[in-house]
Amino acid sequence: MFSLDRWQEIFQTIAKNKLRTFLSGFTVALGIFIFIILFGFGNGLKNTFKEEFLQDATNTLRIFPGKTSKPYKGFKSKKRIEFKNSDLEDIKLNFPFYLQYITPRITRYAVSSYKNESNNYPTQGVAPSHQYFEKTIMMRGRYLNQNDIKNKTKNVVIGRLVALDLFKQEDPLGKYISLSGVAFKVIGIFQDEGGDNEERILFIPYTTRQLLEKSNDKIDQILVSYKPELGIYISEIFEKKLRLFLKNKKSIDPTDSKGIRIRNVGEAAKDNEQFSSVLQYIVTFVGLGTLIAGIIGISNIMVFVVKERTKELGVRKALGATPRSVIAMILQESIFITTLSGSIGMIIAILILNNMGDTLDKFFIRDPYVDISTAIFSTCILIIFGAIAGYIPAKRAASIKPIVALRDE
Amino acid sequence: MGSNTLHVLKGIDFKVEEGELVAIMGSSGSGKSTLLNIVGMLDLLDEGQYTLDDVVIKDLDETKAARYRNKFLGFIFQSFNLINYKNALENVSLPLYYQGIKRKERQEVALSYLERVGLKDWATHLPSELSGGQKQRVAIARAMAARPKVLLADEPTGALDTTTSYEVMDLIQKINEEGKTILVVTHEEDIAKMCKRIVRLKDGVIVEDKKVNQVLASKYV
Repeated sequence: MFSLDRWQEIFQTIAKNKLRTFLSGFTVALGIFIFIILFGFGNGLKNTFKEEFLQDATNTLRIFPGKTSKPYKGFKSKKRIEFKNSDLEDIKLNFPFYLQYITPRITRYAVSSYKNESNNYPTQGVAPSHQYFEKTIMMRGRYLNQNDIKNKTKNVVIGRLVALDLFKQEDPLGKYISLSGVAFKVIGIFQDEGGDNEERILFIPYTTRQLLEKSNDKIDQILVSYKPELGIYISEIFEKKLRLFLKNKKSIDPTDSKGIRIRNVGEAAKDNEQFSSVLQYIVTFVGLGTLIAGIIGISNIMVFVVKERTKELGVRKALGATPRSVIAMILQESIFITTLSGSIGMIIAILILNNMGDTLDKFFIRDPYVDISTAIFSTCILIIFGAIAGYIPAKRAASIKPIVALRDE
Repeated sequence: MGSNTLHVLKGIDFKVEEGELVAIMGSSGSGKSTLLNIVGMLDLLDEGQYTLDDVVIKDLDETKAARYRNKFLGFIFQSFNLINYKNALENVSLPLYYQGIKRKERQEVALSYLERVGLKDWATHLPSELSGGQKQRVAIARAMAARPKVLLADEPTGALDTTTSYEVMDLIQKINEEGKTILVVTHEEDIAKMCKRIVRLKDGVIVEDKKVNQVLASKYV
């Protein structure tokens, strides 16, 4: 197949017909370029989506108290349900098979100040296991521990951005900050990959929060995680049992849909993942559309090229070119051009994607990328279809009698 | 290209000997170009027989026709049909490329034919940089480069002025003197008279076929 002579012939044709070569090469390069960029952006969208929605632990049930909507056991409807510390213990006792971690969460806004800097941040009264739920990463110091809970210490763990806001260059560890007028000692600084808001939070022991609120034992919200090996379906059973258990304990009509709300984060994650795969379908669809447009583009150019060369091909045939050699010449040329320019378009697109990083974060495109096999596969598809698109007019041109091709316009 | 068939040639029976210089004359529509195309295997005959150098030409598919053309025939066209992006030398070496001859040898042979038509110094020029007469001489060099048995010239002087026409005919006569068989289709009397035999066609049949005393083109040049 390899013939130096034929390659020389093709290189000459390419070199002497720069505009034509450029046009067909540009179409292919552009097609593959747009496809890869789009595909990469799609992946970037997915990345953002994953980070925004899926960054917390997914084997989690969030339990919120509400108001009942039905009267039950002598209680009228619209009874406000409240969780207490004893509920935590009861859940631990009754569901050892399912339970992994449990933590209360009491959220209060507090004006936090250090020296002249102050700001209003949410504080969350939590148990040590809360670290697992939020995937909190400690940068310095330590998280809350059982000792803090037991002794109701005035220790606080602050977010990276809180530290930056209040302490500027100073080292916050061991310093005291005021939360609504009460001094707390900073024992740790954390980061969280869930975005800026997740790093503008302060964690204090929930028992301390209760102490500050007239020593009550009320809890806003309970976070429960089930053992991950149980999977999403078992978790639904757990959810059902838990709801029944709590309704029974709090004297809520079992058929009352209000009163207690349980949000299964895993299920939400499943929905999110479905949404994310829909996103993938859309991206793939758009990508395919671009590829098809590229193929149509290269087909048009091939038809044009062959048309333009009809007379030349007639001359070649009169001089002894066989139909086969005419087809081979056109195809080899078109495959060479599409391969070269396709690769160039592909490489440029990949380079751009790789260097983009977080620059398009504003548009929810984070770390756009395309895997090499997809890129190469789509380039090959374009080359193959370019060749098929070239073959049809080439075959027709090769079968035209030279006398027809040579006839003056 | 339509489905209508037209019988252009209605029974032609003639024979050309080796070394002849034959003019085929006739008004347009007489069938002279069709005859040349059949002889040149650019077109197919419906019935009859065509023998070239003792080879019966039949059952031509495009591939076979291409080989025969390459081996036996050299074409000279009215509109030269040079490939515009190739220079004179490359145009002349093209038939040799299709004979599978190596590049270096191709260029040597091509250059020697360019020299014979007096255009050695123009070897690297593109067709667009050549005059009409020069283009036709390049085309003649190209037709001869493959060392064909027969040269077929379809109105070779049709696009040239009188002086240039005579120069081209002078070249054709010289090539003929070296023993090459040449068929020239023309409708110009003076060109026809520079050949050794004139075949006149009318409405698809031969109405006259005579040997003539050749007028030497060199007289006018």
